[in-house]
Amino acid sequence: MLFVVLIFIPVLAAIAAAAITSNALRPWIMVIAGSLHFAVMLAILIFQPAPIWDGWVGLDPPGKLVLLLISTLFLLCSIYTVGYLRYRGERSNRVLIPCLSIFLAGASLVACSQQLGLMWIAMETTALSTAPMIYFNRTPRSIEATWKYLLLSSVGIALALLGSFFLVCATLKHDPYPSLLFSHLVRHAGTANAIWLKMAFVLLLVGYGTKMGLAPMHTWKPDAYGEAPGVVGALLAGGLTSCAFLAILRVDRVCIAGGLQTYTSHLLIGMGLLSMAVAAVFMLGQKDIKRMLAYSSVEQMGILALGAGIGGPALYGALLQMINNGLTKGMLFLSAGNIHRSYGSKNTDEVHGAMRRLPLSGTIFMLGFLAITGSPPFGPFISVFTILNAAFSRHFFVIGAVFLLLLLMVFMGMGRTVLVAVLGKPLPRKRPMNAYRDGWMTGLPLVVSFLLVLMLGVHIPPFLTHMLQQARKFMEVRP
Amino acid sequence: MHWLINTPLVIVLLVNLFMLGVSRMRSLIYSAAAQGVILSALPLLLEKRIGLMIIIVALVTAVIKGFLIPQMLHKALRDAQIKREVEPLIGFLPTMLLGALGTAASITFAAYLPVTQAGTSTLIIPASFSTVLTGFLLLTTRYKAITQVIGYLILENGIYIFGMLLLTAVPFLVELGILLDLFVGIFVVSIILNHINEAFSSLDTRQLTALKE
Repeated sequence: MLFVVLIFIPVLAAIAAAAITSNALRPWIMVIAGSLHFAVMLAILIFQPAPIWDGWVGLDPPGKLVLLLISTLFLLCSIYTVGYLRYRGERSNRVLIPCLSIFLAGASLVACSQQLGLMWIAMETTALSTAPMIYFNRTPRSIEATWKYLLLSSVGIALALLGSFFLVCATLKHDPYPSLLFSHLVRHAGTANAIWLKMAFVLLLVGYGTKMGLAPMHTWKPDAYGEAPGVVGALLAGGLTSCAFLAILRVDRVCIAGGLQTYTSHLLIGMGLLSMAVAAVFMLGQKDIKRMLAYSSVEQMGILALGAGIGGPALYGALLQMINNGLTKGMLFLSAGNIHRSYGSKNTDEVHGAMRRLPLSGTIFMLGFLAITGSPPFGPFISVFTILNAAFSRHFFVIGAVFLLLLLMVFMGMGRTVLVAVLGKPLPRKRPMNAYRDGWMTGLPLVVSFLLVLMLGVHIPPFLTHMLQQARKFMEVRP
Repeated sequence: MHWLINTPLVIVLLVNLFMLGVSRMRSLIYSAAAQGVILSALPLLLEKRIGLMIIIVALVTAVIKGFLIPQMLHKALRDAQIKREVEPLIGFLPTMLLGALGTAASITFAAYLPVTQAGTSTLIIPASFSTVLTGFLLLTTRYKAITQVIGYLILENGIYIFGMLLLTAVPFLVELGILLDLFVGIFVVSIILNHINEAFSSLDTRQLTALKE
């Protein structure tokens, strides 16, 4: 029952938002939906309801983490959206708000899907609901970004579907009652055909990896994150990518049960390091702060894949990093959105001295940069350190060293752009004075996400540690 | 009884080659529609006991792939009033040859794959691989946005053919969901196509070059 409520709250919110005619009132629907969703999510985590619909919908330990992250992030973003859209009164949000709600419904369903096909459908729903959001600004550049996103993610998701079919096909021969349930697939993975299983994993990794933004399928990311409103960037970089990572983890678990641990681990590590390297290179000299954040997201996804590939304690680190990344990306994209609004530009040729002009957003942006690059005392420091530590203790010495080097490169590349944007004096203004000032609705979500990131760095609450341990144990299946 | 399932699959393979060689956009849309209708009949030919659900799924597939999606594409083509030629990056004959080679490779490759009874004695796997490949070729070697959408559609058709191996495993609800997502996807795409046309006065994806490093 709770699951049904969880998924239908945002669906109803989307319908309500489409029905409301007032442009100013509509964004509040999101806050209501976000709060209700958050409450139901907490209830689900506390009461642990049994799976419904023949086991199709239920929560596994990694799913719980993703659900917690999405719901929190969405609540923060919903408050921000109300504040943000006040400055965008000229533009109708009749498409944006329903799409955001559908996105929440789709993402929650991904987190709760225990069935391969259902998960694919939910994933595709989130992808489709995102496209109109990227196109919110109606500029030629945003159309281009939307088109590239749609095309690439459609192909990616199609490959994921083919991969899902391959996965089922692998178990078909020795399984008289084939099923798409993950628990069933894991049980029968032992007798599965290795060739089909390997092909399935590659396709699924490429498919859901496109959604996650792993290199070399990351090319839609800078365009989409660059042209979309900040809040959409936050939800994509924190929410959608985590859903895709969850999908890869679930598939990985089936393959590990099929005895392909080394195979999947090599692929994940390779993709992870490649993503980090690509991000590090493209971040150098990046002048557009939102595109820079997109590359930072590519790098983060690389870290997640790397952690999942190394496994064991690194997987614990990767899951913690997923939460940290989601919250920190919230901080960064929302404050970057404010800076963009105030300066009317997101290019460091024009954006200088954001800390003076927007003390709150500028400071949070700076702190967000320090957090995401793994500086103490923030959350990502702990998770990145856990992964690094695990890499060395599991004798991945070269990989650990390369990982460290890439982290350093990213820190330097990102730092150059961020420091130019944040420090110094604002340039004498060429454009007319902009009305944007940090208000409590566009400021509070930044502060809350900052506090959460800080808390995760200083003290991880016991319930979260427990959830992370459970998720790590869940992923350790015997072939 | 395998001829019953292999005949439509051979037609599908021929349609693939035709699509790679055709220069008029309208013919391309019609071929994609025809392929969709043929594919929708496959589950009826494969399944031994035909229930109500399977008929519904087949009908919905036929309507969406054979009618609704082609209608949307025709409308996009009309609204755009573009030159109704396909405009390839690689010429028609070379792509056809590539397609033929791909089909041959698919058949050889499929022979090496361990599969179930239905998989080995029918053309399902080679036809599926070849159709996926055709979709990719259309996606990558054609400039017009509509042609790329059709490429995606064909790619999806190829995956659908593979799904025929898993009729017992994949619940109909999932199949309907996949179809719905495909439909909504093409719907969103056709809206974006309209906006591309308004903003750039063209559906040529070579115009979309503002965003790059």
